[in-house]
Amino acid sequence: MKPLLRLIPYLLRYKTTLILGVGTVVGSNLFTVVQPLFLGKAVDEFKLGVETHTYVTSDLLVWAGLIVGFSLIAGIFTFLTRQTIIVTSRNIEYDLRNDLLEHLQRLPYSYFQNTPTGDLMAHATNDIGAVRNVLGPGIMYPSDTLLTCTLVLTLMFFQDWQLTLLSLIPMPLVSIVVYRLGKVIHKKFDERQEQFSKLTTRAQENLSGIRVVKSYVREEYEIGRFEKLSSDYLDKNLVLARVQSIMWPLMFVLVGLSLVITIYFGGLKVIDGAMTIGTLSAFISYLVMLIWPMIAFGWVMNLLQQGAASMARLSAIFDTQPDIRDTEATDRSVTAIAGRVEFRNVTFRHRGSERTVLQNIDLIVEPGTTLAVIGPTGAGKSTLVNLLPRLYDVTSGQLLIDGLDVRTIPLDILRTHIGYVPQETFLFSDTISQNIRFGAFNAPEEELLKAADISQISKDVDDFPNKYGTMVGERGITLSGGQKQRTSIARAVITNPSILILDDALSSVDTHTEEEILRRMRVFMKGRTSIIISHRISTVKDADMIVVLEDGTIVERGTHEDLVALNGRYASLYRKQLLEKELVEL
Amino acid sequence: MQEEEVLGKAYDARLMRRLIRYLRPYKRHVALGILLSLLVSAMEAIRPYFTKLAVDTDIANGDKNGLLVTILLFLMVMIVRGLLQYVNAYLTQWIGQKTIFDLRMEVFRHIQSRSMRFFDRNPIGRLITRVTNDVEVLNDMFSSGIVMVFSDVFTIIGIFYFMFAMNAELALVTLSVLPFLFWGTFLFRKKAREAYRDVRLQIARINTFMQEHITGMLVDQIFRRERRSYGQFTEINAAHRDANIRSIFYYALFYPAVDLIGAVSIGLIIWYAGANALEGTVTIGTVMAFVQFNEMFWRPIRDLSEKYNILQTAMASSERLFQLLDDTTTIAVAEHPVPLDSVQGKVEFRNVWFSYTPATDGTQSPEWVLKDVSFSIQPGQTIAIVGHTGAGKTSIISLLSRFYDIQKGEILVDGIDIRRLRPADLRRHLAVVLQDVFLFSGTIHDNIDLGNEDIPADRVKAAARIVGAQRFIDQLPAGFDAEVKERGATLSVGQKQLLSFARALAYNPRILVLDEATSSVDTETEFLIQAAIRKLLTHRTSIVIAHRLSTIQTADRILVLHKGEVRETGTHAELLALNGIYRRLYELQYRHQEQAAQ
Repeated sequence: MKPLLRLIPYLLRYKTTLILGVGTVVGSNLFTVVQPLFLGKAVDEFKLGVETHTYVTSDLLVWAGLIVGFSLIAGIFTFLTRQTIIVTSRNIEYDLRNDLLEHLQRLPYSYFQNTPTGDLMAHATNDIGAVRNVLGPGIMYPSDTLLTCTLVLTLMFFQDWQLTLLSLIPMPLVSIVVYRLGKVIHKKFDERQEQFSKLTTRAQENLSGIRVVKSYVREEYEIGRFEKLSSDYLDKNLVLARVQSIMWPLMFVLVGLSLVITIYFGGLKVIDGAMTIGTLSAFISYLVMLIWPMIAFGWVMNLLQQGAASMARLSAIFDTQPDIRDTEATDRSVTAIAGRVEFRNVTFRHRGSERTVLQNIDLIVEPGTTLAVIGPTGAGKSTLVNLLPRLYDVTSGQLLIDGLDVRTIPLDILRTHIGYVPQETFLFSDTISQNIRFGAFNAPEEELLKAADISQISKDVDDFPNKYGTMVGERGITLSGGQKQRTSIARAVITNPSILILDDALSSVDTHTEEEILRRMRVFMKGRTSIIISHRISTVKDADMIVVLEDGTIVERGTHEDLVALNGRYASLYRKQLLEKELVEL
Repeated sequence: MQEEEVLGKAYDARLMRRLIRYLRPYKRHVALGILLSLLVSAMEAIRPYFTKLAVDTDIANGDKNGLLVTILLFLMVMIVRGLLQYVNAYLTQWIGQKTIFDLRMEVFRHIQSRSMRFFDRNPIGRLITRVTNDVEVLNDMFSSGIVMVFSDVFTIIGIFYFMFAMNAELALVTLSVLPFLFWGTFLFRKKAREAYRDVRLQIARINTFMQEHITGMLVDQIFRRERRSYGQFTEINAAHRDANIRSIFYYALFYPAVDLIGAVSIGLIIWYAGANALEGTVTIGTVMAFVQFNEMFWRPIRDLSEKYNILQTAMASSERLFQLLDDTTTIAVAEHPVPLDSVQGKVEFRNVWFSYTPATDGTQSPEWVLKDVSFSIQPGQTIAIVGHTGAGKTSIISLLSRFYDIQKGEILVDGIDIRRLRPADLRRHLAVVLQDVFLFSGTIHDNIDLGNEDIPADRVKAAARIVGAQRFIDQLPAGFDAEVKERGATLSVGQKQLLSFARALAYNPRILVLDEATSSVDTETEFLIQAAIRKLLTHRTSIVIAHRLSTIQTADRILVLHKGEVRETGTHAELLALNGIYRRLYELQYRHQEQAAQ
């Protein structure tokens, strides 16, 4: 239960409402528990009337009216209970979910690479849901149960303590049954879900490997495997059904037992004249009133346990400290960046990994020049540029921008001045305009058009149904790989960066368009620093400096002419790409 | 990821008839379920009658023994009722589960028998949803949806019966609130359903937003959009909260309203009893029994109104499922297929034209992947196919396995057009080793024989030994029984390739199709792979999409495919001398291998 303590600050935010809510619980209970008394009085009055042959209609009407009136008042209170306590639980859920996103936003890139999105989604939905259950039903029902039991039991005791004790014997069993069975059901349900995901995985695997299945004529075998899992799933479901099916009948029997005891012993008392028939009738009504709180009690115990487990998982996220952020070492006086980049003996390893991704990199890029990085997959090219906006921090050595260690530049200033086009183009399902203006949402129309022209997305956009207002993604048009990359370039250009990074950002763009983009880029990037990663010689050949990266080290550096003359890796790549061009044209 | 929940009408006779058909094998169970529902409902409805009996007959007459008898009888009825209710609840679940198991297997079986075109058209995710979730949704419909409707209806009828039997007039007075209860419940259901749908919609929006912004967190952070994204999120989050609060409002209103209607009903009972006290038509027991009846009839009414939702979702899911089951994309099997017991191994492509997108209306000429491709391979020969990306090499594999049918020309195996063969017969004599090795979860052994029991264990081991996979398998803690995890994540690329060679060899096909992987492996593994390929190719007709110089050099003939056409054929030396496409391909792909080998 300890993890739930973390929720106290959230609860305190709504303390007035919650106190009011508990007040309404008291109100609704007070007005409900007296109703059986009225019924009992009415029954006795009725009996008296029959026995004495007197008209009791008007008296009975008073009782009937009281029952309806009290029920109305109790109903208003019950309505208010839900409107306060349950509504508060939704408010806290809202706060929690906002806080979760806000916290996630501060966590570094590496966190998201190591945590599957699906897990985070599960925390944001299921775990927050389980915690909300604690806050809503978990507050409403226990307070309700406590009050109802206290009031009803007091009243019952006053009327007849012996009968009260007797008739209540089976009642705690109801709570225990709900609690115990609830636990088993929860466990069996998890087992069932696990089997269901096995079934899903199997289907996924089968369909992904359908070519192999068909090639080797293994369809029947695959059907057999799936049938086995399906049948296990069936069994798990039936086990769950067996436990679930027993719950309500068992409860009915227990409640019925209570009723039988009351009628029998109460009946004996009535026969002996120790009790009126009206009191007996009221007793029966009380028993009915106790059923739900007893069920709720067992149920809430489970909710609390599940909620605590979920809160513990959420706490693990909230307790993850962002390791890339502004610290005391941050120099607040830095407000702009000119663009001189210097790698000073930089080595990088991922945390907890032995493998050296970058080793002893020394590199200087002067403002206004272009650096191109080329090399095989996995050489560390992306990691190299990811160090600039501090997606990672160096393991050893120093990365300096304008002569300052990047770790001392305010994160906000640093990232604002870097235009970044990531390798994996990610666009949001929003309009083209919103996507381009992503980092500069106040940019005027002409800036938008300018960025779109530099990135050469403008012509494509002109053909779209709603121009820049066209939605992209699931609910809009599907962009081609090249169009996405060009939109992503426009998004970086519009922020007017001092340093522009293109991480293999032209790979899906055809060579002709690429030339157009690079030409415009040269004009735009005058006086700014560009870093371009590519696999294509055509993209990098005009750069002021080209470095060839292999296994995390710089193996060749120089201009295009230098490197061709060197007749090393770059030159060999250059020859191959020429051949490829010839082949395509054949 | 999530399909938008589009709900249509709640009842469609055509779909319903088709769904009911799945219950046919269990019609006795369904009948038993209905019978049990009837009994349970009757025992439920009789409960207040016992109260009346105890009060009016036993207590009124001071009959203590009679009271004991009544009470024991009452207890017995309740225990029996509990037992029957338990059996019935389990039985209905059983029926539902059995039925969806049958349906799920039918869907899976159906998918397995589709042709490749079907898989090209249907994304895997969609098919998985059909097999899993769409089938799952029907469980409620088959279990509680059908049998429990009877239970609810019987309970209501039972309650009415006993009430009218005890006191018809009082029954009418009590039931006068019923229209309000009905109206209230159905109104509530409608509102709650709308609110629920809105909540679902908002949850989907939250999920989409979160999914997108977690995946794109990098972009958010780099472009300093955190605050704005947070702002957007709070709006969506607030919409979700407000939808929930609306839903709470209906619940908050409904439950007290039901209580109030109940109270009014009790008030009416008391009033009526008072008015008729002197006539002696109403006894105390009757009043008490009616008070209990009053609490009983709103539950079945509420349950009935819930069935509407079950029906509605069931209709939407079954529509999607039946659409899938009605799909007819299969490879056409000849009416009288030519049996194929043994194969010599002669393969011939005769003027083959092929497109993945055949023009259906005949107006537009399709995008040809293969144009007038002809070649033949004698039994036992090896032919290497080379070509640049997009030349149509992989299509040749798919066509020979008859994953697709060609538009023009003929593909012959031993002189028989493969369209005259049963696809399974053809594929049994053919083994395909694809570039991306696909490993299934299971043991190493399972991945070699693919669960084929006709392949003896020693042949699996021999195959592994011959291709040189034995060494690394023996190093695994469990050897051949070692589990392959997550599609072989623990195995190296080279090891996976060796396994796929062993797989092909274990099946011992007459015709082998090999799509060599391009990924580079270490020298030692490369040596193993080259040796394995040599062994694979001997004594069988082989078509190799070659990426290795060593493989090309062992081939009897090389076929140069370029933009869907066979442009050059001959041996390595002949083709080099030609100074054409092959020469350039050689420079691009194979020459450095020669340099490395030297």
